[in-house]
Amino acid sequence: MKRLLTTASLLAAMAVPAFADGTKIGVITTLSGPAGYLGEQIRDGLALGLDASGAAYELVVEDDGRDPNTGVQVADRMLNEEGIKLLTGIVFSNVSGAVVPEALDAGAIYVSPNAAPSGLAGAKCHPNYFVVSWQNDSLHEASGAAAKKLGYTTAVALAPNYQAGKDAIEGFKREFGGEVTEIYTGVEQSDFAGEMAQIRDKAPQVVFQFHPGGQGIAFLKQYQQSGLLGTIPMVLSEPSYDGVILKAVGPAAVGLTGTTHWNADFDNEASKAMVAAWTAAHPDVPLTTYAQQAYDTGLLIGAALQKAGGDGDIAALQAAIKSAEFTSTRGSFAFGPNQHPVQDWYLTAIEADAAGNPVIVTKEKIREAVGDVYAADCKM
Amino acid sequence: MILLFEQLLNGLQYGVTLFLLAAGLTLIFGIMGVINLAHGALYMVGAFAASWVAIQTGSFWGGLLSGLAASAIAGVAVELGVMRRLYARDHLDQVLATFALILIFNQSTVLIFGRQPLFTSVPDVFSGSVEILPGLPYPTYRLFVIAVGLAVALGLYLLINKTRVGMLVRAGATNRQMVRALGVNIQGLYTAVFALGALLAGLAGVMASPIVSVQVGMGDEIILATFVVVVIGGVGSVKGAFVAGIVLGMFDTMLRAFLPGLLQQVMPGPEAQALGVGVSSMGIYLMMALVLLVRPRGLFAARG
Repeated sequence: MKRLLTTASLLAAMAVPAFADGTKIGVITTLSGPAGYLGEQIRDGLALGLDASGAAYELVVEDDGRDPNTGVQVADRMLNEEGIKLLTGIVFSNVSGAVVPEALDAGAIYVSPNAAPSGLAGAKCHPNYFVVSWQNDSLHEASGAAAKKLGYTTAVALAPNYQAGKDAIEGFKREFGGEVTEIYTGVEQSDFAGEMAQIRDKAPQVVFQFHPGGQGIAFLKQYQQSGLLGTIPMVLSEPSYDGVILKAVGPAAVGLTGTTHWNADFDNEASKAMVAAWTAAHPDVPLTTYAQQAYDTGLLIGAALQKAGGDGDIAALQAAIKSAEFTSTRGSFAFGPNQHPVQDWYLTAIEADAAGNPVIVTKEKIREAVGDVYAADCKM
Repeated sequence: MILLFEQLLNGLQYGVTLFLLAAGLTLIFGIMGVINLAHGALYMVGAFAASWVAIQTGSFWGGLLSGLAASAIAGVAVELGVMRRLYARDHLDQVLATFALILIFNQSTVLIFGRQPLFTSVPDVFSGSVEILPGLPYPTYRLFVIAVGLAVALGLYLLINKTRVGMLVRAGATNRQMVRALGVNIQGLYTAVFALGALLAGLAGVMASPIVSVQVGMGDEIILATFVVVVIGGVGSVKGAFVAGIVLGMFDTMLRAFLPGLLQQVMPGPEAQALGVGVSSMGIYLMMALVLLVRPRGLFAARG
């Protein structure tokens, strides 16, 4: 036992110098609870993206438990005790709403691989705050546009009652234009029997729901068990039908409609390289948009660190990130005036592969080069 | 009308889950005088054992048996190892010790299963839905949960009212010194009652596991509502636990289902939802306060 420990500590000691020269990047993300796999996707995607960029880096990863207080404590430790100046990784908007202002006040840079609440996108935008994924609303505007395009006029929209959920329903309503019944669910809720009864009672033409992680698995399974699947069609945004959710739900998911900014079947070099790297590193884990966003974040941060020569000069690093000199796996990518992406959105179908399991197939582009509605309020 | 009926069924299903938990808790409190905060941990043990076995073997029924076995064994171990030393002590010591047990169970589960939840499927027989009214298909598995809960209620009624063990349990809940004085092996009875309570908690956990996400701390959420059921029903009364469990389950579900909708008529969506959820989670405590005003010992208090 003692020898084992000695060997382990020797190995650990040997492993350190390899990273010692790299810039420390603080990764605050959700690794526990029903949405814990989202943080793992982000952590692993980020590492692969940074590897691909060739930058020298060291990741300091900590779990926020989807709790804003924990997130702030972790950020405080990273910023003040470890001297980290570049943060990323947050999955959930409630955590990001608390942590991002803290990081910006400390003069650090925050690059979001996922959460992008409306509160930080408009008047409160900041030169040191970048979003690589999407703004929350625009993620769901795509679903609203898709539901409208499919000819539906009445919808029930369900989302958890926190910032991203409100953004989701706002975004969906904005592009859908039809009659929408809003139902807000609990953030920790996993039994949706009451909501199923309400949907049945409303009998809308289409259901839109935003439930990331474990909640999404529970929702789709219960939608099927209550006999609604196959009766009322569903349109989803990418967080509600990621590869892990589809794997857990199984063949029942075939036939659902989704919208996304990236899919594994994209035909571009960067995307193909990422899919290959992911499959080699994590053969048993589905590659989701969370990992793709983090991979893009890794490419962007890596390129900027090389250009600015590390994080010694924050202004130089900020300028390097702003120039966005990287090839995104989603194809076209540019920062809008509020440093949130301007990008294309795609309609996807969930079809059965040869074994009958659900697979996401890209169908057509439904929105081209769109940013978000809050960009106009941003004065930098 | 269909909506109301479906929500009543949802309430019934939540109610029987509360009953399964409260039946054990009320017996343990009534007979041994122990406040067992760790009862929710036994619910979690049942859910984790069942889910893990179901994932490994692919059999829900194997999982069911393992979940029951694991929670009963955990119950006996807790009784022999910890509870025995607490009977003579006051309630504060019991609360501290059983609170420590919650932390120990939760952290051990993190060590064994990690922080991420387990996901299981309902067995194939129950995977679909049955049309119980025209235009109302209801998930078969939830009907199964209701049936199991009602069957357990009947079984407990027979056990407690028609058997010799049940007689001792009733006697113990009414006056445990007298039972001891009459020469009954009270230690054996305590262990048996504790194991039975743990078994029922485990059963509740197993039944809930395909519906909710099986994760660390799942027992802590439901144990508060369970205590309310025990207090309203009357400490030591299984009949009280049954009536209070069903009523509370339905009351809570109805509030959650209809209050936000009603509030949405007069205010914007998210705020109505937040207020509705807030008021409905207070609902059961308000109900408890009202019941205690009228009947300070609960509806069916065992002790005179």
